Amino acid sequence: MTMTLSLPKPQKTRLPRFGYRFPLVGVISFLIIVAWILVAIFAPFIAPHPVGDIVDFDFFGPMTAEFPLGTDYLGRDMLSRILLGARYTVGISLAAVCLACLCGITLGMTAAVIGGWFDTVLSRTLDALTSIPSKILALVIVAAVGSSIPILIVTLAIIYTPGCYRIARALAVNINTMDYVTVARARGEGLGYLIRSEILPGIIGPVLADFGLRFVFIVLLLSSMSFLGLGVQPPFADWGALVKENIGGLSFAAPAVIFPSIAIASLTISVNLLIDNLPQKIRDRSES
Amino acid sequence: MNSLILRLAAKRLVIAFLTLLFVAFTIFFATEMLPGDVAEVLLGQAATPEAVAGLRTAMNLDQPAFLRFIYWLGELFTGDFGVSYVNKLPIADLIGGRLANSLKLAGVTAVISVPIALALGITAAIKRGTLYDRIVSIFTISVISVPEFMVATIAVIVFAVYLGWLPALSMANEVTSIGGLLKAFAMPVITLSFVVSAQMIRMSRAAVLETLNTPYVEMALLKGASRRRMVLRHALPNALGPIVNAVALSLSYLLGGVIIVETIFNYPGIAKLMLDAVSTRDLPLIQSCAMIFCLAYLLLITIADLVAIISNPRLQ
Repeated sequence: MTMTLSLPKPQKTRLPRFGYRFPLVGVISFLIIVAWILVAIFAPFIAPHPVGDIVDFDFFGPMTAEFPLGTDYLGRDMLSRILLGARYTVGISLAAVCLACLCGITLGMTAAVIGGWFDTVLSRTLDALTSIPSKILALVIVAAVGSSIPILIVTLAIIYTPGCYRIARALAVNINTMDYVTVARARGEGLGYLIRSEILPGIIGPVLADFGLRFVFIVLLLSSMSFLGLGVQPPFADWGALVKENIGGLSFAAPAVIFPSIAIASLTISVNLLIDNLPQKIRDRSES
Repeated sequence: MNSLILRLAAKRLVIAFLTLLFVAFTIFFATEMLPGDVAEVLLGQAATPEAVAGLRTAMNLDQPAFLRFIYWLGELFTGDFGVSYVNKLPIADLIGGRLANSLKLAGVTAVISVPIALALGITAAIKRGTLYDRIVSIFTISVISVPEFMVATIAVIVFAVYLGWLPALSMANEVTSIGGLLKAFAMPVITLSFVVSAQMIRMSRAAVLETLNTPYVEMALLKGASRRRMVLRHALPNALGPIVNAVALSLSYLLGGVIIVETIFNYPGIAKLMLDAVSTRDLPLIQSCAMIFCLAYLLLITIADLVAIISNPRLQ
């Protein structure tokens, strides 16, 4: 009797609440992402040279001890500019992806709960919006209203809201048919309570994974826009703008062209790898 | 049963048409958000109140925006793209040659990248889990998660700077010989091929893998068919629809890539024209170029959907 009772015990202790196991690749990519976020916050304190100052008389300088990543087309220190550029790339992208996901997920859950013509009209409209290529839509909006940082954030958010909406709606429709939601509805709970307390907890895992993917898309689009000269405007520069500024050094492979690209790649590839290596528990919590 | 396919296809075409209308509406009103009066901007120094009023009437600017949208749409359907604000030339003339250049670029890219990408994608699916598959997957993920201009810069650094095979920047308007033509095309085509192939490899691999997981392929395996026969005779014919679908969808990535590639290599295509129009705020030109891009995109997506409908064996 005592034997049978004591057997299941060690199994229970082996599965604690937060016992997620992260693969090594996931940990490394997570650390890179955290490092870039810290750099974005503390950039002015760790940059070795003032960001706008011309510190070297040689333009497109090579990598030296004083300028670890070389100098740009005016002789400014590349390392400082990349560290400061992290602010714009990471900051704008994070703001845009939060805005897009907030709108997309709220609308998606609302559409799933309300259903009917509201759902149909909203889904059709947002679907039609996705049939404009993202770069073209961004070009048209920037051409019309100009380019400033708030406009960039809103533009990027508009472009990626339909994608968030579609995923959140598809997940929420499944949850919406669950008995506990029907019970809550029968209890007479309002729309706000339903989407916040009944639907959201069920879809949060996959939605967070999607948040990461969309962050990558936004970083890529923002960099492309800045590269085309339509994103962050001088004197400020994000990583895409840094590549554009120094594109003249391309024909002799100056470090000033290569390192901003590497910075973008390190961020986007890390986010992709982190999502791929998330524990199954987080990713698919609501799949049923 | 065939009428079901026809009905689904017709429904898809109607949706595509309605989407096109919606897209036109979005583009028109997005460009209408421009602060300031177009007539004043156009006249610049000569903006006397009479001149502005005259130009406003001439350009229908005193009409409500929705009426102007209808006029614009009507002219677009009859092939009249209007006149550029900046150099007063008909937009159809400006676009014509540029569009041909871009289509050439896209065509050459498609001819090169489709066979290579399909071969890589299908073989990677067949040899799933092997070292070869892993290398292909790492390649595709890396290309997909970096911006297109980075692919272009790496291509330039490898092929032009270190190997010295090709000029770093192409100048397609100074082409005199076939060798020159090849050189002018090489860098843009290489860059675009990488971007498009990565998408195509990933999608075609997924399409074949999905077919390999079906019960009838497992049945073929259990009957003792060789791996080769299982894939070529049983899986591939059924994966053909999804593969064509994947090809059409990945070709739509050409549209985004072409903007970056034409800028970085100074290629005189329609995307470069549109970017120049954005910097001079030439709204009619922007609208026309954007419509052409959206039309091409919609065309590819609709083809992908139609192929998926037609090739679905459950509907036959």
